[in-house]
Amino acid sequence: MSGHESTYKPNTGIEKWLDARLPIVRLVHGSFVDFPTPKNLNYWWTFGGILAFCLATQIITGIVLAMHYVPNTEMAFASVERIMRDVEYGWLMRYIHANGASMFFLAVYIHMFRGLYYGSYKAPREISWILGVVIYLLMTGTAFMGYVLPWGQMSLHGASVITSLIGSLPLVGEQIQIWLQGAPSIGNSTLNRFFSLHYLLPFMIAGVVVLHIWAFHTTGNNNPAGIEIKDPKKDAVPFHPYYTVKDGFAIIVFMLIFAGFVFYAPNVLGHADNYIEGNPLKTPAHIVPEWYLLPFYAILRAITFDVGPIPAKLGGVIAMFGAIAIMFVLPWLDTSKVRSLRYRPLARQFFFGFVLVCGLLGVAGASNPDDVVIPTGEDTLRYEVALADTPNAVEVARANDGKIVSQRDERVVIDFVDYEASLAFEEESGTLVDPTVKHHGITWLPVAQLLTLLYFAYFLLALPLLGLVERAKDEPETIADSIHPKNGSADAVAAE
Amino acid sequence: MKAIKACLAGLALIGLAPAAMAAGGAMHLDEGETALPDWPFEGPFGRFDQAAVQRGFQVYTEVCAACHSMDLLSYRNLGEPGGPFYSDDEEATQSQVAAFASSYQVTEIDDFGDEVYRPARPSDSFVSPYPNPQAAAAANGGAIPPDFSVITKARHGGASYIYRLMTGYPDSEEFHGNELHINDDHSHGVLTQPVGLYYNPYFAGDTSGNWEGDPRHAPAGGFLAMPPQLFDGRVEYMDGTEATREQLAADVAQFLAWAGEPKMENRKSLGMGVMIYLFFLALIVYFSYKQIWRNVDH
Repeated sequence: MSGHESTYKPNTGIEKWLDARLPIVRLVHGSFVDFPTPKNLNYWWTFGGILAFCLATQIITGIVLAMHYVPNTEMAFASVERIMRDVEYGWLMRYIHANGASMFFLAVYIHMFRGLYYGSYKAPREISWILGVVIYLLMTGTAFMGYVLPWGQMSLHGASVITSLIGSLPLVGEQIQIWLQGAPSIGNSTLNRFFSLHYLLPFMIAGVVVLHIWAFHTTGNNNPAGIEIKDPKKDAVPFHPYYTVKDGFAIIVFMLIFAGFVFYAPNVLGHADNYIEGNPLKTPAHIVPEWYLLPFYAILRAITFDVGPIPAKLGGVIAMFGAIAIMFVLPWLDTSKVRSLRYRPLARQFFFGFVLVCGLLGVAGASNPDDVVIPTGEDTLRYEVALADTPNAVEVARANDGKIVSQRDERVVIDFVDYEASLAFEEESGTLVDPTVKHHGITWLPVAQLLTLLYFAYFLLALPLLGLVERAKDEPETIADSIHPKNGSADAVAAE
Repeated sequence: MKAIKACLAGLALIGLAPAAMAAGGAMHLDEGETALPDWPFEGPFGRFDQAAVQRGFQVYTEVCAACHSMDLLSYRNLGEPGGPFYSDDEEATQSQVAAFASSYQVTEIDDFGDEVYRPARPSDSFVSPYPNPQAAAAANGGAIPPDFSVITKARHGGASYIYRLMTGYPDSEEFHGNELHINDDHSHGVLTQPVGLYYNPYFAGDTSGNWEGDPRHAPAGGFLAMPPQLFDGRVEYMDGTEATREQLAADVAQFLAWAGEPKMENRKSLGMGVMIYLFFLALIVYFSYKQIWRNVDH
């Protein structure tokens, strides 16, 4: 897994014996002991190690939980609570596992933004990046199926919403949906296969993680300066002990935050409705996924219009998967040769804008698309009356300060600001229609649509064009130079 | 380091905000509107007040248990640390739990294959007030009384929600027949209670269909099938505490908080040890890091 000359020296007889037959110690030594690592890596680079810790934590706690969990719609909910109450430290295992998913995603998002900022996806590290996107896809699948297992209200209805998306695919959609659910609707067969896959996927993630590490150990680590190691003696340090101790410190700080959630706010990241046992006949008022999938949920719901032959629902599905799929081709969308945004002041502005867009998409995903974000006026009372029933509606409305919003095909829409005036209108016109409350302002839907547009524009417009128009600052010659700048370009470093 | 911490805190907040916003449902009245009891179980050192849990258990048994099941609890849980029957004297605890359990009847199949009744044992789970959901619905106008095992975790606001709901019903003197005249800063008009339902400003729902007045100012809350249950003196407390409506609500809310999270004290005390351990481990590793990197420019 390491692209450098091995310095491993077997000392004892048994080490020599093993090394001649299976040089596994040599492999580990080359990858995690003497691997030359750029000495300028900052704390954003520790999230790789943190993610390995997260995966291990999820697998270990998950194996224990699987010993006690019952994948049956009649018993799943109670079995989870039984783990919390009757299994020794079961509450600890379950709260670590549930919050661990959130911590895993928190870390992976930081890790991905770090890769974007420092250009870690650019040649020659395209494969590392693509494998990373594969890991992320597997993570979302695993997390989604894991959320279904407690069989709470959100589990059941979330699963129902997401699998029905697949049903929107043309021709084969319905068959695939039934195949995924194991039945025409969500039920016991769905829960069983989700449990099976939820157990399988983490080991697939672990496998891809090995490939991911292999790939970037072949090319060498990227680093905050975005330039390659020229002289390992000056630019690099061995991974151990330099980065084992630095990553170790970061992991412990991360564990402190993790433990804060597990021990003091174990349910704050979840949804109260998931403590209500799943009931197919009762749909929750708002179905929302876990926080880490909200931006993609916002993109899914933003497509409310048909695009040519593509119906809106399918369009939403395409946009949602497209938002992840676009990351696969990212290495070829960015035209700039300069990796680190330290030396690309204009691109840096766009990057922070993109981070903001992702955060706002998350808020949009949590919000009801019809709720007003920016109010533009007072709520009004709206009447939609037929002139056939109330021939004098327009005159009476005008006499009472009503606003005629539209009048078409003998149907009039009238708004009142004043409640007394609306009562006078009802009395004088004799209408039996009840008013509805009309909110005035910009709702979440157009905001989410704009944000979706900006999300894709970052990849499809900003990154290709910036590389062509932007004048990057001079990169330092070597990593050592980036630490002690020669030509007074200290601001480039300080601006990190 | 500061940057990382600030970012982590920021991301945590981004994570929290949607969770809070996604709650939806019932109107969120400001904290100040109903004075809440000081919950002793909140905060990193929070513990349940066993006397309150005991009183709340009495309220549950004498009032709530007529309709609300607690399927996930067993009688033995009552004698476990933090539970209402727990005491240092293990024998006394066990006999109390056994005595309480035996006041309920459960069915079992005897050696002849007949269904027979026997007194419940501590290992039995709480006996439900209704044999099945259909019976529960039929007895309550179609609404199934929710199970109380994890009710404080299943409702936004937890114990505070229970307290507000139980004390939030308008007084019966305020009603004219089934009409409630509301004249406050927000709403002016008349709310008509549907037959068999009861208005509560803290219950998730929609009042606009039953509201005569400006639809933009329909009162908060909704209608539920449960009539007001707690009023002064509804239960005669064994420990002599005056049973005001607020006292009853606070006690039963605390009992339900215990029932939903019986390992909370355990969790928080272990958490303190873990946090302290990790903090010092972080310090040691940080200084090791400084020591190892002392001769490297980076």
